[in-house]
Amino acid sequence: MRMIDEAALSDITLGATVLGSGGGGDPYLGWLLAREAVRTHGPVPLVDLVDVPDDAYIVFVAGMGAPGALLEKIPRAAEYERIVAEMESYTGRKIDFLCPAEAGGLNAVTPFASAAPTGLPVVDADAMGRAFPFLEMCTPTLHGGSTTPLVMIDEHHNTVCLSTQTNHWAESFTRAAAVASGASAVMALYPMTGSQAKQWLIPGTVTQAEQLGRTIREARDAHTSPVDAVLADQNGTLLFTGKVVDVDRRTERGWTSGTATLSGMDTFEDHSMVVHFQNENLAAVRDGEVIVTTPDLIMALELDTGEPIPAEEIRYGYRVAVIGMPCNPIWRTENGLKLSGPRRFGYDMDFRPIEELT
Amino acid sequence: MTYKIGIDVGGTNTDAVVLDGRRVVASVKSPTTQDVTTGILNALTSVLNDAHHPTVSSVFIGTTHFINAIAQRRNLARVAVVRLATPPQSLGPMVDWPEDLRGAVNGGTYICAGGAQFDGSLLSELDEHSLRGIAEEIRQTDIRHVALSSVFSPVNADPEKRAEEILREELPGVSITPATKVGQVGLLARENAAILNAALLDLAGEVVDGLEKVVCEAGVTAPILLSQNDGTVMTVDRARQFPIFTVASGPTNSMRGAALLTGIDNAVVVDVGGTTSDIGLLQNGFPRESTVALDLAGVRSNFRVPDVLSLALGGGTRISDDGETVGPESVGFRITQEAKVFGGPSLTFTDIAVASGVRGIGEPGAAVDIPSATVSRSLEIAGDLLVRTIDRAKLSSRDVPVIAVGGGASLLSAVPVLEHLNIPENAGVANAVGAAFAEAGAEVDTTVFLDDNLTRSDALDQVKAEAVSLAIEAGADPENVRFIEVEDIPLAYLPGGMRIRVRVVGPFVAPAETAERTK
Repeated sequence: MRMIDEAALSDITLGATVLGSGGGGDPYLGWLLAREAVRTHGPVPLVDLVDVPDDAYIVFVAGMGAPGALLEKIPRAAEYERIVAEMESYTGRKIDFLCPAEAGGLNAVTPFASAAPTGLPVVDADAMGRAFPFLEMCTPTLHGGSTTPLVMIDEHHNTVCLSTQTNHWAESFTRAAAVASGASAVMALYPMTGSQAKQWLIPGTVTQAEQLGRTIREARDAHTSPVDAVLADQNGTLLFTGKVVDVDRRTERGWTSGTATLSGMDTFEDHSMVVHFQNENLAAVRDGEVIVTTPDLIMALELDTGEPIPAEEIRYGYRVAVIGMPCNPIWRTENGLKLSGPRRFGYDMDFRPIEELT
Repeated sequence: MTYKIGIDVGGTNTDAVVLDGRRVVASVKSPTTQDVTTGILNALTSVLNDAHHPTVSSVFIGTTHFINAIAQRRNLARVAVVRLATPPQSLGPMVDWPEDLRGAVNGGTYICAGGAQFDGSLLSELDEHSLRGIAEEIRQTDIRHVALSSVFSPVNADPEKRAEEILREELPGVSITPATKVGQVGLLARENAAILNAALLDLAGEVVDGLEKVVCEAGVTAPILLSQNDGTVMTVDRARQFPIFTVASGPTNSMRGAALLTGIDNAVVVDVGGTTSDIGLLQNGFPRESTVALDLAGVRSNFRVPDVLSLALGGGTRISDDGETVGPESVGFRITQEAKVFGGPSLTFTDIAVASGVRGIGEPGAAVDIPSATVSRSLEIAGDLLVRTIDRAKLSSRDVPVIAVGGGASLLSAVPVLEHLNIPENAGVANAVGAAFAEAGAEVDTTVFLDDNLTRSDALDQVKAEAVSLAIEAGADPENVRFIEVEDIPLAYLPGGMRIRVRVVGPFVAPAETAERTK
């Protein structure tokens, strides 16, 4: 166990933006909220998954809603504190640990806003190893774990207690409820025991995000290449170095989707790449060949600063390094790919493990 | 025949120009003085003399008074902030400000129930009783300025308007800056802009008084207009209320000036200063605006400013003896003592340019000793830096003309890779020219929800009509208004939600009776 303070939170936030693979939502407001909570209540204990007792009771805490709504109806500490008691009252069980549902984006840091005021430790793990857009895209789904019982609350003191037949239903109901409450809500979900957590979750991902953030920060401070540092430090593969020459962005059914076309530089001179995105970056096609797809991670970092570029913001002229990283093996199983593979997002592509590249 | 005067107050120099249409009749550079106004008077007097005391229709001024006040935390008033949201708020007003600036400005923060939802419905009823209580608390302090924000006011401004009425009733003589009038979507950033605006109001009164006084002392009775961030102008009366709109007018004016001096409306503009080059994209004669949160002296704000990339390459940029290191260090404003061509000890980008044949700067003889390998290597590196940044400033791979302006514009003619560069005559005073070229305009940025009763085209028409009427109110010629940008973006996760942004401009029409012959 170790303590997560303000400085560690900053590194986790930067690393989580990278692991967001272009999506996951801007963690800025989540970071501010967690930072204020840590300033008020002190650092939060982070516990290794293996050290969680088998009979412990664990839940995910996450924000849900539209990024545009969050910018106006900014999150409040009160909901992140109250959600713990509401979940305990609905399930009738005392919660022992909180855990992030996703290692990437906004929800990688929101559990710390619940942990600081309640004194609960956070488990160093998550259910994606990255960011995905739907509730059911969590590793417990692949093991038969249930999204519900779930509690969703909003700043108007409304509480939704939900029990559904499938995790997909949970996604549909919570999405509608979040819109009804003003497109911004806080949830506790996927309750599980310690022994289930050890089978279901991806260990060490909070530390991975922190390490990633620290690597980029230290490289910047030392005026060395953050991209090289990330590649040396993480299990990443440089897929491409190049300049964005075209971005084609569409909004379909409320989702941002599109492609960014890159023209190669340095060792990739005379090559081209197309990155397909829908909220997250989902496929990388080099010289016409699909080389990496979801659920493996595809991250675009600004070449000079190592700043992760959200798919929403990528535009002509950016010089980027596109980095690929293997996802957790559970996503590569038949059921894992059904839930998170390229066809799930409507692409007529087959998944190919990134390791086959070399 | 009437003439326009453009004045740009920079950190180092105050430039003034007299314009006849697009033609520069006279121009002058004069040092910026500590009190700023003396420098303006000097420049104005001198340029009027050079132009033989023309009839002046209007005086356009771009000034760094306000951005400097924020950057130096000087002359800022304390501000009470009232936010209409669901109390209590955890991320209160000024939560993400640097501590010293918050210390200088924070005059108390208050949360009152109110605000709207994303679709415009009420978040909760405005708690008028609590608001009057807050007003009473503010009355007990010596705070004279209030910034007012409200959740989703860009969708529904009624709660904020009602709260403004109540605060005006309860607090006569206290200024109220409603955030909706200064910023866009994004509560914290919009509120930040409102707080900064309120903090600048006392200074704005003094500055406007000072400007009116010096222009009058110079014998000019034409109306004075101040440059805004977006390349349009506002009257001095409006500047007294909304000084925040001037904080980024410098880069805007140089880009607008580049358009005027070259007649090119779509280009990349490189403004070469002493320490940096600011590079931005000109679209239809206006700077492309930034779409991301702007860091203003450490404060995230979201009012519209030009999307400018700053490159650490200017006239004073230090070059290593072998030419392998180009900056980022610079001798800055000490260039006229430090650079070799001015008799100094330091090898700078200016020396390299002179060594490669650029004339009209310092003593060329002092540059002949620089090894040619140093010159060619450093120009290669500088060229690479420039090309990369110019490329980032562009939005597409199409070839776009590049215009160099600013005090160091001529230096870029030494850079081999920039062969098709436009360096206009009077490039050094492009800022002042841009100030005088400013038009009147307005921008509306709002969120709507489409349904059976509101189609996309109806919604666009409504927003366009509103923008046109605001532009005319700001002084745009009703016969000649035009749309600079019309943009609609569907909102993620919010079915039917659409953000619409419209910018309208037109030539500024000065009230004819105020244009008089100068004495």
